[in-house]
Amino acid sequence: MSIDDIKGSIRTFVSRFFRGHDLGDGEDMFASGYVNSMFAMQLVQFVESDFGVAVENDDLELDNFRSIDALAALVERKLAPQAA
Amino acid sequence: MPSTHPAGPDPLARGMEPSPAQEAARREFAAFVDAHVAPFAGEWDRAAATPPEVVRRVAGTGWLGALLPREVGGRGMDWATFGLLNEELGRGCSSIRSLLTVHSMCAFAVQRWGGRELKARLLPQLAAGEVIGAFGLSEPNVGSDASAVETVAAAEGDGYVIDGRKKWTTYGQIAGAYLVFARSEGKPVAFLVERDAPGLTVEPLRGITGTRASMLAELRFEGCRVPKSNRLGGPGFGIAVALSALEVGRFSVASGTVGLVRACLDASLAYASTRHQYGSAIGEHQLVQRMLTEMATGWRAARLLCRRAACLRDAGDPGAGQEIFVAKYFASQAATRAALDAVQIHGANGCSEDHPVERYLRDSRVMEIIEGSTQIQQVTIARNELQAFAAAAPAQ
Repeated sequence: MSIDDIKGSIRTFVSRFFRGHDLGDGEDMFASGYVNSMFAMQLVQFVESDFGVAVENDDLELDNFRSIDALAALVERKLAPQAA
Repeated sequence: MPSTHPAGPDPLARGMEPSPAQEAARREFAAFVDAHVAPFAGEWDRAAATPPEVVRRVAGTGWLGALLPREVGGRGMDWATFGLLNEELGRGCSSIRSLLTVHSMCAFAVQRWGGRELKARLLPQLAAGEVIGAFGLSEPNVGSDASAVETVAAAEGDGYVIDGRKKWTTYGQIAGAYLVFARSEGKPVAFLVERDAPGLTVEPLRGITGTRASMLAELRFEGCRVPKSNRLGGPGFGIAVALSALEVGRFSVASGTVGLVRACLDASLAYASTRHQYGSAIGEHQLVQRMLTEMATGWRAARLLCRRAACLRDAGDPGAGQEIFVAKYFASQAATRAALDAVQIHGANGCSEDHPVERYLRDSRVMEIIEGSTQIQQVTIARNELQAFAAAAPAQ
């Protein structure tokens, strides 16, 4: 799966929380005021179910979930060992 | 009293019927509750304590590791079976069901969010019930607004120093591990604080309305030191940890409340069949029949909602969370109505501790407050529905 595919899936998922707002790939989602405290948990569940990766304790830094770019980079890293 | 629940598999909506293994598990749970829990629940309630041997007996069943994987000694239950376990325990004693609830919340969070070292050390003990887990979110000034906790954690050396107070910690008096939420540099953070952590003091809370045997405590953290390895998730993820644990708790409470409704119905059916007034059993009186009908309907509806939520959760459906909110919202209110009617059917006897419906009424009040009050559920369910509606609507 290419990084563009990963970003596309993430963009589709998060767009439902940002209706009427054109969210940039590098934009801080938590600073936007569009999402509530459930959002972090929903992001973790989405990443695990949609990409089939396990988000572990060490991954749970808010910076990994802050933007579409950051989340895509996390998913790419988590997928890398499986692809090898 | 033994339930009049049908002995065979129950007819549920198509696709949600218990499997033979789930049905066998339910019978095992029910037999345990009828023999070891329900007959003594009133005694524990009056003593405002769960005897240590009862905790050991429950731990001996392995059910405290219900949601933990078998590799660490857990039972690896699916949520549907976990729901049946809560339902049966809730039928017998809401305090013992609360033990399962808070312990499962703590164990689930460690399993889901803990680091390798913490999991390897603690999960086998939690699965065996050698260490009892508890959940510390509420504070003297903080209830529903989990983001506003006043407890603080300061990074220091290779760990954290926690200062603050937690209140209404169920089974806090006997717990060995507390899932605690604090703010660190303004961000929500979750910690697993062990009983022997320096700076932790546990004080019993008494005089509560319901679930009196659940051994509530207030926790005081005064320069309480915990190693960094006891942090669950990174800074900023404390709310996610709390919400995931609360989802376990909410489902556990909802399912347990189904059992509480069943207990109200069983007691009311028995009383209405044997109590005679005006020359006939009061169950022959139509106004009593109306209350029995409401109870029977509430039990079935609440049970179906819980079952639906469990099936969706087991299937990994992202909508399961909303179904759990709905199930808890409905079941806890059904319990209030059922308990009020059960007391009404029992008349003056229902106001006496000689009849369990008096305890059921007190316990039912708690169910509409814990793991999200009825009003918080109303707001949350509506917001989720609005969000789903907006997501499904064509973009403007």
